[in-house]
Amino acid sequence: MKFGVVVFPGTWSDCDFHYVISEILRQPVEYVWHRSPDLSEFDCMILPGGFSYGDYLRAGAIAGRSPVVEALPDFAARGGLVLGSCNGFQILCEAGILPGALMKNECLQYRCQSTHLLVENAETPFTRGTRPGQVLKMPISHGEGKYYCDRQTLRTLKERNQIVFRYCTESGDVTGEANPNGSLENIAGIVNDEGTVLGLMPHPERAAEGAMGMTDGLLIFHSLLGGLVEAGSFLKR
Amino acid sequence: MRARVFVTLKRGILDVQGTAVKRALEGLGFTEVKDLRMGKVLEVELELQDAARARSRLEEMCQKLLANPVMEEFTVEIVDNGTRPTLPERARRD
Repeated sequence: MKFGVVVFPGTWSDCDFHYVISEILRQPVEYVWHRSPDLSEFDCMILPGGFSYGDYLRAGAIAGRSPVVEALPDFAARGGLVLGSCNGFQILCEAGILPGALMKNECLQYRCQSTHLLVENAETPFTRGTRPGQVLKMPISHGEGKYYCDRQTLRTLKERNQIVFRYCTESGDVTGEANPNGSLENIAGIVNDEGTVLGLMPHPERAAEGAMGMTDGLLIFHSLLGGLVEAGSFLKR
Repeated sequence: MRARVFVTLKRGILDVQGTAVKRALEGLGFTEVKDLRMGKVLEVELELQDAARARSRLEEMCQKLLANPVMEEFTVEIVDNGTRPTLPERARRD
């Protein structure tokens, strides 16, 4: 399974993702500059966190119109998988690949802390190694992570089981206190209708080995690899 | 042609920055402020002569990039039709 880690001017988690994929998962991975529209050699594209284009205009707005992001819908339609974390989630929403938007944290503070996530959907290629109701521990680090969408969109997200993670307490209760940014219904991560594109505000790449203090992020990476073992390859080249 | 584009959060969406500024104003004694909402102003110079055309192009820009329709709304204001000095010239003169 070959991973592509997209780099925009201002991306900061690209090296972290690259490290986890190459050194911990021992999988092939390459950096992909944001101007590249050719994703034909990859099975999974990662949009890492950071401050692409300095968050100018809106977080993810300018990156959301770049050649690599414009190539993602076709890539996903061919069976490719896309994971956007933090700024990557903002970019996917700005590009309209995922519904809704990420707004300034309700507390107005930049929040850099560990959070607990309730797995709502364990059927996606990103969570098939988890079980529904499992609580994962991963850090967040963002100023604009308050998920928002209109009522109709929220209804659709629920009907189609597109809400993958919600912020919760350590014991798995979805409460206001466990919500670090004011996200609608504690939403921390969603998938597209087909389940092939995941956007989440937490950082799985910063919870991937003992030295980082947390390892639950590995469950997401192992879920991805498990799919490869079963299917041979995601992409029919 | 010079224009201004105003981008604001839709009514009904909590504007946390606006609320914080309003509270700060209250702290300074400006208790008459009932509501305060923050947004962005973009000053745009266009190589266009026709105001209707400029307006429609700017609206297209708003839909494609300048505003996020999920949470924001926008208004476009044509400031002048090109007969007044452009921004950099004015800056030099001032």
